[in-house]
Amino acid sequence: MNLAIKDIRHNLGRFILTVLGIGMLLMIVMGMAGIYRGLLEDATLLINRIDADLWIVQKDTRGPFAEVSRVPTSLLYRVEAVPGIQSSREFVYHTIQRQHNGQPMRISVLGLSWPIDKGEWLPLTSGRALRQNHFEIVADKTLGLQLGEQIPLGKETYTVVGITSGMVSSGGDGMAFTTVRDSQAIQFDSSGESVRLERAARDSRGQKNELFLSQPALTEQLARPTSELPGITPPPLSAVIARVAPGADLQQVESIISSWGDVSVFSRAGQEELLVQGMVDKAKRQLGMFRVLLTIIAAIIMALILYTLTLDKIHSIALLKLIGAPNHVILGLILQQALLLGGLGYGIAWVVGQKLFPHFPRRVVLTNDDLIQLAVIVCVISLLSSLLGIWKAMRVNPNDALMG
Amino acid sequence: MPDELAIETIGLTKIYGRGNTEVVAMRDVSVKVRRGEVIALLGPSGSGKSTFLTAVGLINPPTSGQVRIGGMLVMDGPHAAVNLRSFRRQHIGYVFQKSNLIPFLSAIENVQIAMELNGMTSRAARTRAVELLDELGVGDRLDHSTAMLSGGQQQRVAVARALANHPGVILADEPTAALDSHRGRQVMELFRNVAREHGAGVIVVTHDQRTLEVFDAIYEMEDGVIHQLNISNPPHTSSRQKH
Repeated sequence: MNLAIKDIRHNLGRFILTVLGIGMLLMIVMGMAGIYRGLLEDATLLINRIDADLWIVQKDTRGPFAEVSRVPTSLLYRVEAVPGIQSSREFVYHTIQRQHNGQPMRISVLGLSWPIDKGEWLPLTSGRALRQNHFEIVADKTLGLQLGEQIPLGKETYTVVGITSGMVSSGGDGMAFTTVRDSQAIQFDSSGESVRLERAARDSRGQKNELFLSQPALTEQLARPTSELPGITPPPLSAVIARVAPGADLQQVESIISSWGDVSVFSRAGQEELLVQGMVDKAKRQLGMFRVLLTIIAAIIMALILYTLTLDKIHSIALLKLIGAPNHVILGLILQQALLLGGLGYGIAWVVGQKLFPHFPRRVVLTNDDLIQLAVIVCVISLLSSLLGIWKAMRVNPNDALMG
Repeated sequence: MPDELAIETIGLTKIYGRGNTEVVAMRDVSVKVRRGEVIALLGPSGSGKSTFLTAVGLINPPTSGQVRIGGMLVMDGPHAAVNLRSFRRQHIGYVFQKSNLIPFLSAIENVQIAMELNGMTSRAARTRAVELLDELGVGDRLDHSTAMLSGGQQQRVAVARALANHPGVILADEPTAALDSHRGRQVMELFRNVAREHGAGVIVVTHDQRTLEVFDAIYEMEDGVIHQLNISNPPHTSSRQKH
């Protein structure tokens, strides 16, 4: 006869509610690990998808994800000229915030190096990659944009031609992909008024310059668009990414580019480490601490529940001892209930988590390793938390059965 | 067999507290109960009856004296000479004033558990539990929870549990308190039959004057001291014999 099951059956409603409570608590512990994994995956997702061997960024910066990096467009050609480089691409990355359907929408815009890169590597769930070098955009589904929807960004209107899944930045913002030129246009867009003011400022500076005063035709040049002025550099890139030719020595190529005075170079692993160590590390530690605290809280709550369940049975335990039940029967009664409580709570955490986690604003990734680790932790806290109840049960005197 | 002792207590004394707070609950109690014999224990509240019963039942060890069951020394002063829990399981059946059933088990499971703890298979234990409960008139309440049984029915389930393992000793504290006179007599007669058929020694603490003729001997406790009463005289008029 299984006394643990009999007791649970007798107090089924209370046991179910307790299991639900423990399950919800364990779901949060499970979710914390999942959020951390999600952060980690989000942080490294782009680097893995882009599949570049080298990231060439502004000197002494940790760009383009960890901090702002600006490199000239000409860097692309210098990189391509390095022996051992198979190909190189422009990389533009920035985050903007706009209103969409009355809600704030944060977009991490990534410029694709048209026409080499049209975004065929993107995990499209509907629509297509880019087919023209302007006014098309591929958006992640987390942004809530619809296929064919037109969104104004800067002075232009972009049509959503493709929807991706799981493409979010390390900050959890949905990503949008357009060509490098469009991406720069969005990034460096200025209002008409600011353009007029800048022209006026140029004219004012020209009026104070002897060269412009002696050659009035030059002053007229100052009123032309920025892109037509030779003295003003085109919009910078965030980085240049490169693939090393098969058989070439990656470290040697890296050391050549590193020797240039205006750039820093990171390998793919180095860029990943920057993101994980720099951007995700604090979040990881914070989530880890929450996870530990929640595990301790779960253990305390389970211990109190099991202790209370034992107290409720104290007369029955005394009676069992009176009629000669050996200690292992009483231990079994408490331990089996503890393990059932933990096990069923874990099951509920998993089932409810599967339904709820996809609706979380940030990605929650449940890995088998984390699930197994939590199962072991639940097993251990079930056993530990039953100790208080066991201690109480072992101290019960069979004489207590006669005390009513 | 009738001459063999089921229970023998020698100079049992129980003292609670020390110094100024010392209370002697039981003083030099020596009793012999033969196999097949049923004895009654009378006495007012606080006279030491329960202390004696729990000492014999190996629940509450005496301060001094010995308890022998079936001729075997089981308690020597406060020291156990055997594994008490195992010994209780195999040799002693208890019935108390309150039915003392396990609330999360049904009527039949309350009887079954005593036998399963003693190593009997679940099927065999269930068969015997059904027989016992039928015999005690609660055969139609086998799967009822204890909360759905009347006080009398609960008490009969407790009696069935006490008898389940064919114990050599049955200890009963006011077993008929919750029963009507008919059921009360039935239970007492059941104790007597079990004593006769299985050679058990039975000690019953009772106030029920209607059932005294069932007993082979009647003892009375007062201020921790035990006396045997003359069985031919009613207790309230009896002359007391020092045992």
